Amino acid sequence: MSDLNLHRNLTDPDGFYANLMAVHDGLSKAESDALNARLILILANHIGDEALLAQALHTALDIAPRAE
Amino acid sequence: MTKIFETPLYPYARHPDQDAAAPPRHKVVILGAGPVGLAAAIDLAQRGVPVVVLDENDRVSSGSRAICFAKRTLEILDRLGCGDVAVNTGVTWNKGRVFFDERDIFEFNLLPEDGHNRPAFINLQQYYLEQFLVERVQALAAEGKPVEIRGRNRVEAIGRHSDHVRLEIETPEGPYELHADWLIACDGANSPTRRMMGLDFVGRVFEDNFLIADVVMKADFPTERWFWFDPPFNRGQSALLHRQPDNVWRIDLQLGWDIDREAEKHPDRVIPRLKAMLGEDVAFGLEWVSIYTFQCRRMEKFRHGRVLFAGDAAHQVSPFGARGANSGLQDTDNLCWKLALVLDGRAPEDLLDSYDWERVYGADENIMNSTRATEFITPKSEISRVFRDAVLDLASQHDFARPLVNSGRLSVPCIYDDGPLNSDDCAGLPARTRPGAPLPDAPLADGWLLGALGQGFSLLAIDTDCSDAAQRFGVDVLTLNAQDNPLLAERYLGTQSGAVYLVRPDHHVAARWPDYDAAAVETALRRATCAHGGLNV
Repeated sequence: MSDLNLHRNLTDPDGFYANLMAVHDGLSKAESDALNARLILILANHIGDEALLAQALHTALDIAPRAE
Repeated sequence: MTKIFETPLYPYARHPDQDAAAPPRHKVVILGAGPVGLAAAIDLAQRGVPVVVLDENDRVSSGSRAICFAKRTLEILDRLGCGDVAVNTGVTWNKGRVFFDERDIFEFNLLPEDGHNRPAFINLQQYYLEQFLVERVQALAAEGKPVEIRGRNRVEAIGRHSDHVRLEIETPEGPYELHADWLIACDGANSPTRRMMGLDFVGRVFEDNFLIADVVMKADFPTERWFWFDPPFNRGQSALLHRQPDNVWRIDLQLGWDIDREAEKHPDRVIPRLKAMLGEDVAFGLEWVSIYTFQCRRMEKFRHGRVLFAGDAAHQVSPFGARGANSGLQDTDNLCWKLALVLDGRAPEDLLDSYDWERVYGADENIMNSTRATEFITPKSEISRVFRDAVLDLASQHDFARPLVNSGRLSVPCIYDDGPLNSDDCAGLPARTRPGAPLPDAPLADGWLLGALGQGFSLLAIDTDCSDAAQRFGVDVLTLNAQDNPLLAERYLGTQSGAVYLVRPDHHVAARWPDYDAAAVETALRRATCAHGGLNV
């Protein structure tokens, strides 16, 4: 089983982030939420490795919450 | 104590031109004695080009304004004779630190490698830089160089002709007229020259206000750039803390769009905000307070016949990234050697169109970077804030997310890929020194690579030789040995055993080869100077 890659892996982080913001441009919050859900499913299918995806789910969940 | 910005440094004095029977003709007139105009004046004067600087004021700017000067700018200042005084007076820093909410989430180093004479950045109040540049102009004039600054000379009208520009100038003693072969407009973001010529300045306004305060205090914060996203003392907004010389600290606080700008500038409003940030017990004084909004925009073209625009007059960016004054100095660094060759009849006017191409390219890169930073810092939709906060949350625990955190991509010089003056490249040599790239510095046995270069074109011959190039082309040849110099080899040789670099006067690479080929050098020199006929660089 391979490990989830948490090292820097994007060659152009700013360009990627700008593209990510651009696809949300003009959408309502509900539309953006739906787009994000589709995006996660597309990326999960591409990754394919269910053990790896489980690690990703836990990594996302395990971020220490900020004080409210 | 009188501050430097309260003292007239180039007071109005009547000039014989004002009593001339016919309007005197000058080679180059520069409008604006800010950092960009002064740098242009020094560069041209050092090249022996006569130059007159006109400014409606007679002193340096008040308030710290541009404070972060990047390594590339310091290298340009070295060539202008002001690098040491700027670095010795300024506060040197390489590190930034990012906070989110109440947490210190990570730090970054802007110069993670050795082997550079100059640091990633210094902080220096703009008025100090202007003072050093004015003193350099005055020193050059004292040495007999043809350069002068005329204070309280305000241009009221500009007439454009095929071979000159006509200027109507107002002074405390009435108007006079000058003619200039070339005019360089460095008259700032609200450029009167641009307005008088009816030229557009298109771009984007960001709906946000920032409070900027110069605070004098004795504090023991480290010399780092500190940036806060959504801190407890400025909820939902951002904040920035930066050290300057003389115990002056720059504080920027984002205020949002719907505010009463006049009220927010009042000390009764400013001081509680600063106390919330610095703590109730910290004693401080206010040196300068301003509120700014910002825009990212540029002129469509920087060359309009015999009028050349540089600095904020030509392009404006948000302050995140220190890309204003730094890019302005790159403009004049790009322009002045070209203008000097044209004025000497050694290159055709076409060469100046490459200034337009290259610096529009640079401006677009700066605008793109500062727009992205602004959008990250001030998210304008709910979903963009959700993503922004997710990046910050991840960055506090995972290294991979840190490159996505954008508190400003700090000024680095652009690489003129596919630029009109570039020629041959060579496989195996490092990507960072490809044609169009600025030369990275490297240590030499007796100094630094950039310090060893002259004012004109140079050939670097690394572990090879250029036998007759100096005599044949009139360029400076620098023969270097990379055998015992791993940093030089890493930056300039890559997997090749030797290399020849043709370097422009502004220290950008024009072309490079694995060894010396006189015919190829001649072709590249022609291209880099737009030479049609004889070659005379």
